[in-house]
Amino acid sequence: MTAGPFALSKNKDVQERHSVLQADGTIATGAQPRMEEEFLLEALRWMMKSRLYDTRVISLQRQGQFGVFSPGMGQEASIVGSAMALDPTRDWIVPQYRELMATVHHGLPLEIITAQYLGKIGPARIPDGVRVLPTQVSIAAQLPQATGLAWGLRLRGEDAVVMAYIGEGGSSEGDFHEALNLAGVTKSPIVFFLQNNQWAISTSRRVQSATASFAFRAAGYGFPGVQVDGNDVMAVYDVAVAAVERARKGEGPTLIESVTYRMSFHNTTDNPSRYEDPKEHEEARTRDPIERVQKYLTGLGLWDKKREAALTEELTQENEAALQLAFAAPAPVPADVFANVYDHPPQRVVQQEAELLDGRRD
Amino acid sequence: MPEEKLYRVALREALGEEMERDDTVYLIGEDIGKFGGAYRVTDGLLDKFGAERVVDAPIAEEVIVGTAIGSAMLGLRPVVEMMTINFSLVAYDQIVNNAAKIRYMFGGEANVPLVIRMPGGAGHQLSAQHSHSLEVLYGLIPGLLVVAPTTPEDAKGMLKSAIRTNNPVMFLESMSLYNVRGMVPDGDYTTPLGQAAVRRKGADLTIVGVSRMAVLANEAAKQLEEEDIDVEVIDLRSIRPIDWPPIVESVNRTTRCMVVEEGWATYGVTAEIAAGVQERCFDYLDAPIRRLGGAQVPMPYSLPLEKASIPTSEDIKRMARKVVGRKTDA
Repeated sequence: MTAGPFALSKNKDVQERHSVLQADGTIATGAQPRMEEEFLLEALRWMMKSRLYDTRVISLQRQGQFGVFSPGMGQEASIVGSAMALDPTRDWIVPQYRELMATVHHGLPLEIITAQYLGKIGPARIPDGVRVLPTQVSIAAQLPQATGLAWGLRLRGEDAVVMAYIGEGGSSEGDFHEALNLAGVTKSPIVFFLQNNQWAISTSRRVQSATASFAFRAAGYGFPGVQVDGNDVMAVYDVAVAAVERARKGEGPTLIESVTYRMSFHNTTDNPSRYEDPKEHEEARTRDPIERVQKYLTGLGLWDKKREAALTEELTQENEAALQLAFAAPAPVPADVFANVYDHPPQRVVQQEAELLDGRRD
Repeated sequence: MPEEKLYRVALREALGEEMERDDTVYLIGEDIGKFGGAYRVTDGLLDKFGAERVVDAPIAEEVIVGTAIGSAMLGLRPVVEMMTINFSLVAYDQIVNNAAKIRYMFGGEANVPLVIRMPGGAGHQLSAQHSHSLEVLYGLIPGLLVVAPTTPEDAKGMLKSAIRTNNPVMFLESMSLYNVRGMVPDGDYTTPLGQAAVRRKGADLTIVGVSRMAVLANEAAKQLEEEDIDVEVIDLRSIRPIDWPPIVESVNRTTRCMVVEEGWATYGVTAEIAAGVQERCFDYLDAPIRRLGGAQVPMPYSLPLEKASIPTSEDIKRMARKVVGRKTDA
């Protein structure tokens, strides 16, 4: 289990999955963690923040106070470990829709994302200088755009890397194949981070593809593919750093398959009890990405229940502050609906706006 | 006995009955098996017909439609479910360049008896990439039949007709109609494709409604009765072909016409209807034909803005008063 990040591209054994911190909280034999302890504590902080936020907004959604939401529960190590490999001052994140805390780590304020879920238009605008594209709900449509973004950065001579997120389900779309193929041809500075969380709504990983590993697909595009334990933040960070370094050096893209498990649901409209085997879910629970870090740090004397309670309290307050800011932000008025369709609205739009305001003065 | 049923249940019955009647009928789509479809239309059909006839596909709309076309050319009768009409854009080449043209290009040698079911419409905070009414993108393509039933009775009867015809049918459902109840006749019946339905007789104004807007037009017409405005409501039902005779007969009698759709009116279905009415009824018209459509913007996710973007029955009433020359709001 100690293979270097890119051994897989040459290795036909799919079971070779990069692992550092095992589910029981011990370091895999022979593994050499790249993450220092202090950095691991920071990763833990982000993962806990992610789970606390998810828990809170699911509850708000159930009370009718929050929009449709896709939690990252169970995938915190993938989301956080990948984002921590980036430099927010020059690199870009191109999300799908389940990487919320990666974008927050990258500089997008949590209150802004929250305002977006609350339908607050102005307050939800991504601030200038934050190198994050908006979430994408046309599955895989972000990937050709991410390849273009990476290629554009290269043409402009910027020393930047794009981290583009996709799921194993999204990898069935034609856009996935076309984007990876072109990125390989252009040797664009991009990392395709595929979170294999085993589910695309109700469609299991086996229905998406007969391939033994999604990482294998990279071979067809002429760049390395690597599979990693996506619940192991130390291993995810390792492979992400290596892939980012490769891209930055001009050596081209990497496909990372981060094998994880969707511990909640597709989004708040979903009901996995219709299709998910509870045994599979329970088994996945034993591989929790957060608990294993806490166990490991406990062994080092860096973690205990008291510290856990204190950090939980601190993060809860942080999240709450962001929620309050977002709730307090002004809601849009009907007239705002025509803003930003064009740089200068054409006559037809102006006329329709006047008609609308005429009819709906509220 | 005819029974009151939900629109989604009527669709499910049509699928189940056609699958029983004809073993060449099969379903393919995303999350239609155990999950029962994003809007629960296919619920229970997997258990009844098995995974070979209720096929959960990878997320790949282009290949879902392409596969359906290939099997249809062989004589199978695939019914594709698109999770929303917006996703059908990924498959647009297969639909427009292939499904619609194959029969013609092969000199009639191959049929494509394909049905693509897909919900459109907004109102559920699903944002700009999941919420549009894109009827017109299919309405302009020769070779396709495009229908939009608005009642449970029509949903069932028209879906059965769509499955039985040898032409590719774009079967447009509306997210906001799935929970609508209505009487559904007993037993095996079909509703012909290509026919409009007069939902309400009236003398002052003809309103032609597309998809859910026909339902709202009916509500508006009931309320306008109190203002002594007598509205005739025509549910277009078929976007391609358009059933002109009942529309022309109606407008010639009422001498006034307005057309309503949830999608964008510029180049919209309403544009086609308005132009056609003008050509056919010019000498009878006492007022300009008016069109009402949704706000010409990408559908906002924000709830107040989404509401502001969709025509309401109040909007229909307001425009109707103008068309009949009432200056003030009641």
